[in-house]
Amino acid sequence: MTTSSQRKPARARAGLSRRMFAAGVGAAGVLAGTGTFSIGRAQGAGLKVGVLLPRSGVQAGIGQDCQRGVEIAAGILKDLGLPDLAIMNGDTESSPDVARSRAERLISEGAQLLVGAFDSGQSTAIAQVAEQKGIPFIINIAAAPPITEQGYKFVFRNFPIAPVILGDAFTNQKELFAAAGTHPKSVAFMHVNDTFGSAMQGGISAVMPRHNMPYTIAETIAYDPAARDLSVEVAKAKATGAEALLVVSRLNDAILLTRELVKQRWTPMAVLSMGPGWYEDQYFKTLGKLSDGPLSFVPWYDPSKKLSKQLEAALAKAHPGINLNTNHIYTFEALLVAADAYKRAGSTDPKALADAIRATNITDNVSTGPGIRFNEKGQNDKLSNSAIQNRDGKLVTVAPKAIANATLQWPLPAYDKRG
Amino acid sequence: MPADIYLNVAVSGLLTGLVYGLMALGLSVIFGVVRVVNFAHGEMMTIAMYLAIALFSAYRLDPLVMLVPIAGVLFALGYVLQRGLINPFINRPEHSQFMLLVAIALIMVNGLLIVFGPDAQSVQTRYAFDSFMLGRLIVDATKVYAGIAALVVAAALFAFFRFTLAGKAIRACADNYAGALVVGLDVKRLYALTFGLGAACVGAAGCIMVLLVDVTPPLGPAYTLLAFVIVITGGLGSMPGALIGGVLIGVTEALGGLLFTPSAKSMFAFGLLVLVLLFRPQGILGKSPS
Repeated sequence: MTTSSQRKPARARAGLSRRMFAAGVGAAGVLAGTGTFSIGRAQGAGLKVGVLLPRSGVQAGIGQDCQRGVEIAAGILKDLGLPDLAIMNGDTESSPDVARSRAERLISEGAQLLVGAFDSGQSTAIAQVAEQKGIPFIINIAAAPPITEQGYKFVFRNFPIAPVILGDAFTNQKELFAAAGTHPKSVAFMHVNDTFGSAMQGGISAVMPRHNMPYTIAETIAYDPAARDLSVEVAKAKATGAEALLVVSRLNDAILLTRELVKQRWTPMAVLSMGPGWYEDQYFKTLGKLSDGPLSFVPWYDPSKKLSKQLEAALAKAHPGINLNTNHIYTFEALLVAADAYKRAGSTDPKALADAIRATNITDNVSTGPGIRFNEKGQNDKLSNSAIQNRDGKLVTVAPKAIANATLQWPLPAYDKRG
Repeated sequence: MPADIYLNVAVSGLLTGLVYGLMALGLSVIFGVVRVVNFAHGEMMTIAMYLAIALFSAYRLDPLVMLVPIAGVLFALGYVLQRGLINPFINRPEHSQFMLLVAIALIMVNGLLIVFGPDAQSVQTRYAFDSFMLGRLIVDATKVYAGIAALVVAAALFAFFRFTLAGKAIRACADNYAGALVVGLDVKRLYALTFGLGAACVGAAGCIMVLLVDVTPPLGPAYTLLAFVIVITGGLGSMPGALIGGVLIGVTEALGGLLFTPSAKSMFAFGLLVLVLLFRPQGILGKSPS
């Protein structure tokens, strides 16, 4: 039996009261929360690179796909004789506001260079922070032209801008129409109304007339990127009587659109995508046989390049069954630029790094085009697009002819006859 | 635009609205009796959605079949929450209640993120891509099943409040709190029961909703807001009002999106809310304070 007088010294010996324990648990919770939800700690020596991606929120699927490009980069960079990068992970939560605050936080925690952020709105926010703080920012994926039109000295983009993507897309489409011997006379244009979608919509209005396309846009339908139901949008597109669907979307909405096409018993002649979503692995996994057929006109990779094969092998080893795609390629190349610049600069000084990035000249790369070089605006303007098609759970390149590895399947197979 | 498209979209909006209504019904029941606004309402629905997904992934159990067990789990969660955490706040200022429920909501969202991750998840039932064709009308089969299930659950809830002793006692508490105490009703237990019923209701709505939309942990706050819009439109505390509000919002969003621009369809739901607040502040079926 223990008396209270015996208990008191025991508690004193332990040096821990219930109140202190509760406070400790609370503090541990706060610390654990801070560490887990936002920023991963940098490991090892080398240049500290803050990688900002939408790892949660509506773009989480794509953000995590980009992360695969980060994961497979280390081994390849080592093989190329490039220095180590200490990766600091940041989650933009698919929001420009969060992207801004996470960028500030990563810099305050010691990031010497930033990479990201898949989305134009989020990349714009990060670019402002990077320029203000004088920290180099390499954009992996973001197509809105204004980002590199601001006269920024610390912002670099190895990804084509919307008008380039569209110009190449229209050229590739005409090549495919010629190969198919037919083409749609009208299309319904559906796009997300975020920064990227609006930039693409503006770009289409400006670029399409110059390409003398054989179809007209019957109706333009904008929708919320966080939409949970696209039945009205698809019903409206179907009601236009358009023969094909022209889309600028993300991943979740691409899946929703396909589901609605099936449910509303509408198989257009073609789905012509000018953005992400339709070639993602999550799209294949979710829709199975229904994922076959869409054509995506996107910045892609040249399968004949040596580094492309290396990247494909590394991805297959790390993530078996996942197709190499834009997310992996351009995230990897952003890190390639960072490591290459760090090696040449021989310093983590932001200005020296920015100068080294500006002088980048990488010809042994992955993306379609002659290589990675930045113009005076910090934009790689030598990139070109490919047309790819979903075929039996794989992605094949169908245009331009010079790098195609498959012939076009046309028209889109009927959704109700796929078993 | 062909005329049948309007009918197609209106029917789709009606069926979705029934599910919205069921979700809002839970919020209305809780507020009508306990007088606490459940700011964790949408988050509770996402918990039910994830439970349905987990059971579907592990055992291929259809969310409609699991509706009753999952509603039971949510009932228990609601009951315990009310008895353990919310009850001490019943007589405290509204801002204290607000902070408590927002904290609970945040814990739920982050708990779901830890357990299930941020990826959108869904169930792929064998009827996921089916649709019924009635002349030129094409109706999504999943939405038909969802609408029917929502009606059945709502009818069961109405019957509970109308025909059972516990239901009558809860209504007595809502009508006259002092009177309920005077006649010896165990108000604390009835409050917990009511909160549990509201949670069960939103749990059932989650099982149905998971058939229609993909779920991510941050989905909760959007549905909490939607539930508020619906109950304020239908009349705070009115059960039939919540259902009518849900249907009105569903149809308004659908037709607004069709007639104008789909990206602004939420604007029409809020527009309807503003109109109701201007011309009938107590809501369509709400009681006037006077």
